[in-house]
Amino acid sequence: MPEAGLSAGATPLKLTAKDFKSDQEVRWCPGCGDYAILAAMQSFLPDLGIPRERIAFVSGIGCSSRFPYYLNTYGMHSIHGRAPAIATGLSVSRPDLSVWVVTGDGDALSIGGNHLIHALRRNVNLKILLFNNKIYGLTKGQYSPTSELGKITKSTPVGSTDSPFNPLSLALGAEASFVARTIDSDRKHLQSVLRQAAEHQGSAFVEIYQNCNIFNDGAFEVLKDPQTRDEYVIRLEHGQPITFGKDGEFCVTHPPGAFGLRVRPTAEVSPDEIVVHDETVAEPAYAFALSRLPESDLRHTPIGVFRDVARPVYDDLVRAQLDSAKEKVTRSADEELAALLGSGDTWTIL
Amino acid sequence: MTKQVRQLDRVVIRFAGDSGDGMQLTGDRFTSETAQLGNDISTLPNFPAEIRAPAGTLPGVSSFQVHFADYDILTPGDTPDILVAMNPAALKANLGDLRPGADIIVNTDEFTKRNLTKVGYDANPLEDGSLDGYVLHPVALTSMTVRALESFEISKKDAERAKNMFALGLLSWMYSRPSESTLRFLERKFAARPEVAAANIAAFKAGFNFGETTEDFVVRYEVSPAKMAPGEYRNVTGNTALAYGVVAAGVRSGLPVFLGAYPITPASDILHELSKHKKFGVTTVQAEDEIAAVGLALGASYGGALGVTSTSGPGVALKSETISLAVALELPLLIIDVQRAGPSTGMPTKTEQADLNLALFGRHGEAPVAVIAPRSPADCFDAALEAARIALTYRTPVILLSDGYIANGSEPWRLPDVSTLPDLRVEFASEPNGPDGRFLPYLRDPETLARPWAVPGTPGLEHRIGGLEKADKTGDISYDPANHDYMVRTRAARIEGIQVPDLEVDDPDGDARVLVLGWGSTYGPIGAACRALRQRGLPVAQAHLRYLNPMPRNLGEVLRRYDRVVIPEMNLGQLASVVRSKYLIDAIAYNQVRGLPFTAAELENMLEDVVKNA
Ligand SMILES: Cc1ncc(C[n+]2csc(CCOP(=O)(O)OP(=O)(O)O)c2C)c(N)n1
Ligand code: SF4
Ligand SMILES: [Mg+2]
Repeated sequence: MPEAGLSAGATPLKLTAKDFKSDQEVRWCPGCGDYAILAAMQSFLPDLGIPRERIAFVSGIGCSSRFPYYLNTYGMHSIHGRAPAIATGLSVSRPDLSVWVVTGDGDALSIGGNHLIHALRRNVNLKILLFNNKIYGLTKGQYSPTSELGKITKSTPVGSTDSPFNPLSLALGAEASFVARTIDSDRKHLQSVLRQAAEHQGSAFVEIYQNCNIFNDGAFEVLKDPQTRDEYVIRLEHGQPITFGKDGEFCVTHPPGAFGLRVRPTAEVSPDEIVVHDETVAEPAYAFALSRLPESDLRHTPIGVFRDVARPVYDDLVRAQLDSAKEKVTRSADEELAALLGSGDTWTIL
Repeated sequence: MTKQVRQLDRVVIRFAGDSGDGMQLTGDRFTSETAQLGNDISTLPNFPAEIRAPAGTLPGVSSFQVHFADYDILTPGDTPDILVAMNPAALKANLGDLRPGADIIVNTDEFTKRNLTKVGYDANPLEDGSLDGYVLHPVALTSMTVRALESFEISKKDAERAKNMFALGLLSWMYSRPSESTLRFLERKFAARPEVAAANIAAFKAGFNFGETTEDFVVRYEVSPAKMAPGEYRNVTGNTALAYGVVAAGVRSGLPVFLGAYPITPASDILHELSKHKKFGVTTVQAEDEIAAVGLALGASYGGALGVTSTSGPGVALKSETISLAVALELPLLIIDVQRAGPSTGMPTKTEQADLNLALFGRHGEAPVAVIAPRSPADCFDAALEAARIALTYRTPVILLSDGYIANGSEPWRLPDVSTLPDLRVEFASEPNGPDGRFLPYLRDPETLARPWAVPGTPGLEHRIGGLEKADKTGDISYDPANHDYMVRTRAARIEGIQVPDLEVDDPDGDARVLVLGWGSTYGPIGAACRALRQRGLPVAQAHLRYLNPMPRNLGEVLRRYDRVVIPEMNLGQLASVVRSKYLIDAIAYNQVRGLPFTAAELENMLEDVVKNA
């Protein structure tokens, strides 16, 4: 691992949001949800207690993927869909860094779907933030792999015939050890999810509902509107019974004999029937069932941390193999190399 | 009986059999024995693409050719002097390549009616006189082996399997090879099954003694050691040498090596080899695909490692977009392309100089990279070090073009003195380089035009890079027309300015009027053809390009010195078109795409025509 400069002049750790703002002019459309996420991130990063130089953001391509330019950390705006792969190379070779991936619904789930699922299954130490606006923003409004069936867009004038992915279900199917969802406009919630993701060892997958006010405005409005949100959003809290509604009049139960979870009026069930949320359930079926709760109109959308379990971290496994091999080295690198080159059958000509 | 001993200066042997007959191992062992004796050697394995093609069929034939001599040789030989054919399919598939009067040892046990019909022999070639032009040695290899191993407590299958060691013993006797290394090898290989080890050793000895006693073999041959430079030697394949070169680049640069790779023939052995060398700080990741593989390597380079990815043509095609990103990011990256016959899946186990165009031009945008090609198996070591030097010094992707022929072929390699290998140490940026204490990630070194390598973790140098066009010096996003023009030209100038040695011409008498120009793995056959012509009094000059981008500064001048320039390639003229367009030289392209290396003889014939008419 390169040592150059790592020890020299360490950044003082009393940082503020301002320290994480880069000098680049932010160029999203006015009103775009990305602004809120950026602001939340800039004010959250100082709390992490990690010096700026040890943080790296790697993104793909899309409006969302401009994110790294606006943060005064190390950053790479890479190519469409490949950020998880590039970030894996960085993370595995540099365990001293905190590596974040910023991606969009097209970037992560369409062109880059393969890299995403493999990063998750390996459990690479990456914090993956998927800005889901259910549309291709940068290319000006085509449907994406999270757009609903029948969605009318520039490339689907009479409605999309594709069924969408459920990003959380997909991540869970790919063995993700940390899965969460949050919303651009809810800064407090967003930051609490980011904090827990940052603390997680291994891949943390966070879906952030993000409003594209130009090409898919209001996609998540029912989750934000004070008139509707209480009935639409289920806030998950570890160790708490899952209830929602203005006065907790709805709850989530696990009907005996059924596979999934159900939403029921709280008044109609006995308190011990209400599911108590537990992020640490080893069996992914529970988090998967949570991920299936939303109706097509977004009613019953859980937000928060669905799953947070410990699983061997890829970076650690790779490093352990390297370290144990290096432990056996007794000679200088040049001597080891000479021994390697001369291994096998050799002969001498005088 | 007393045997005659005859002295030879060179021999070409081909071992051929069913994929399950262990011919690669047999050839390997014979090569190792021959190396011990100090002959010069060149080998060429040839195996089917199918892992387990139906037994006894033509597609299932696997062979290993070894050429050894008492002088320095350049190729595995055009035409075998002796063929060991373990079954009718092996005979049929290889007979056409033999020289007239060659020796053929056949395993008669396999020449059954059923096996003959399987490969379309109506009559038994051992009996119908069709082999009269050869010296035929019918040997019941299987049954003699089984009989020799009767006293061993092993299965019949294990006994039959040892027939390749019987054949090896016989050939070792025939060519007076030392057998200790093979015996030691067998003990090691079957360490867990001592009875099988002993049986294989017994089979080897039975074959050796059979040669000694049978009347069918009256002559025993000797080939004296070749005159080679003093030093310690080993035999090495191109893929192994390449992997060692990558390890050496890590050691000599002091950087961790990070290989991202996705398995593909004929490059997978580089991944296999490098995955063994963790103690050198070499990390290998078998990625989910080639795009991820190069992405991983680039991510590691960004973090301050030597990022490497190894693949073949189809993989390079997939990596193209990421290589362009690396061009824009100006980070070191080594891309190893072990070329194979294309297009598409083509002929995966067969060689071709398929990807020069791909390496030079296969990217979107103006995206020049350095391209370099080793000329022989052992040369892969030096080429890998040189590729790493360029990548690290100039902060650029470098494509290294090996191919199936040198990847799997082998030759003796004089072990380098490690302390004399190039010093590849690099300096990471550690301080702001701008006037006002700012860090300018695209402020270039005036000599190399390389930008600073500022790895994450360095305080004060936080910066953002990406695929969007960057402003000169600051690296900020820029759509400024003049800036783009400047950056495109500067990236090109950086590659064009890479220091490479002048091209050397081999023209012993200095009177040649014809120059043969090659690149990569054709070095051996071209060299052998030129030698043969010179021995016949026909002057011809040879020059071989290691650097394909940038090309040596003196290339134009060299080309203009000759009346005719001939460019033989195992493709349809990829280097020839570059040379024509770059130097306006009416080069003669000589091309062959049969999945096989050139023979020296065909090049000699072709060049003879050109030289006589020049
Ligand atoms: C190889 C490649 N193909 C296509 C594109 C064009 N492209 C850029 S962004 C994008 C989709 C972005 O959608 P999403 O990931 O949802 O990001 P958003 O802009 O919505 O944040 C596409 C198709 C590209 N840059 N590269
Ligand atoms: S197009 Fe949509 S996602 Fe992109 S910046 Fe504009 S509002 Fe945001
Ligand atoms: Mg989107």
